[in-house]
Amino acid sequence: MKPPKFEYHAPTSLDEALDALGRYGGDAKVLAGGQSLMPLLNFRLARPAALVDLNRIASLAYIREQDGQVRLGAMTRQRTIEFSPLVAQRLPLLKEATRWVGHLPIRTRGTIGGSIAHADPSAEYPAVLAALEGEVVARGARGERVIRAADLFQTYLTTSLAPDEILTEVRLPAMPAGAGYALEEFSRRHGDFAIVGIAAVVVRAGQRCTMARLATAGAGPVPVRLRAAEEILETEGLGEAAIDAAARRATELVDPDADIHASADYRRHLAGVLTKRALTRAIGVARG
Amino acid sequence: MADMVTVRLKVNGVEHEGRCEPRKLLVDFIREDLGLTGTHVGCEHGICGACTILFNGEAARSCIMLAVQAEGAELATVEGLMRDGKLHPLQEAFREHHGLQCGFCTPGMLMTALDFLRTNPTPSEREIREGISAVLCRCTGYQGIVNAVRAAAPVLAAGR
Repeated sequence: MKPPKFEYHAPTSLDEALDALGRYGGDAKVLAGGQSLMPLLNFRLARPAALVDLNRIASLAYIREQDGQVRLGAMTRQRTIEFSPLVAQRLPLLKEATRWVGHLPIRTRGTIGGSIAHADPSAEYPAVLAALEGEVVARGARGERVIRAADLFQTYLTTSLAPDEILTEVRLPAMPAGAGYALEEFSRRHGDFAIVGIAAVVVRAGQRCTMARLATAGAGPVPVRLRAAEEILETEGLGEAAIDAAARRATELVDPDADIHASADYRRHLAGVLTKRALTRAIGVARG
Repeated sequence: MADMVTVRLKVNGVEHEGRCEPRKLLVDFIREDLGLTGTHVGCEHGICGACTILFNGEAARSCIMLAVQAEGAELATVEGLMRDGKLHPLQEAFREHHGLQCGFCTPGMLMTALDFLRTNPTPSEREIREGISAVLCRCTGYQGIVNAVRAAAPVLAAGR
């Protein structure tokens, strides 16, 4: 179908964008890459009074390193992230995850800020944000605030961003040098929405594990940090028995819903299988 | 129609100007306002890839973009591929290797493959399959398309 009528704003600065957004009292939607919002408009599942298009705000697209973090402007395209040498060096998990985001012609438009603000439970970037304990910067009429990953995602497609706030920046702590990482995902075809995905990071010292991170996509309404499974690795090391125990624990930590794509039991099963695969591959590439 | 907007853009090197509502999809603008019907409309929600064009040099789905967003942009569509009455080497490869049957997906397949080969000039078969998974084809079973893209890769790389 075709989108319903809306008023259209294409500001060239963030202040103008916030001003436009504030005028509609929650009835406007922010348009980033449009790869999720435009289908919703075409289906008329979304009928905002206005769109505030961020695509003309050049200052929202950047990748830079500061204070041990990599900071990505909200309008940084996924395709830019895919080819960024800084991301490859400091955030190899983010680079790997990007390959799983939609398809090439989706990633040329899709943005990191849009993906995270949209908060699709099957999306890869929210899982990476959770695994790396990242944060986002939100700007509103009352100023700027920083929101931790754990405080951002509330339920399906819902974040703690206020209707008059715009997500402006994503901050991810640089991964420790030599950290192992992997993102494993199962979908019917490559590029489809994940049925379940698991992001894993391990920092090893021989067979000991000094830090483990596991986060899910598609295994519940929001990304789930599998802290109790991480603790198994951090106390028992990186042997096969510990990996198996962590994978079993992962199936107990998730509480997935059923939908037309997969039952809850199947998703739970996948969480275990993919945790094992992700950990095995992450340990394989870890140095230390 | 007070809320009409003017859109000026370049398509296949030619300047165009049109007026439309802000809600007009880019693909409909290309087909209806500019009369370039080589770009096809399939699913209208960014899944099938038939409407894929090059937007400022990069493959993008024109059914999930607004025409107004293309103000000042440079687009390339399937009509721009031929040069001096000769098929583009990628089109030639599709013909040679049976990369199409009904042709509905072909414009999207070609524009996607162009950006794919630009950023990955020497792809493996697996990478080609992943690259063209962005576009759905219901005729060929994809093997002919994979063969065509693989055959075109060295020709395009040599021409760069």
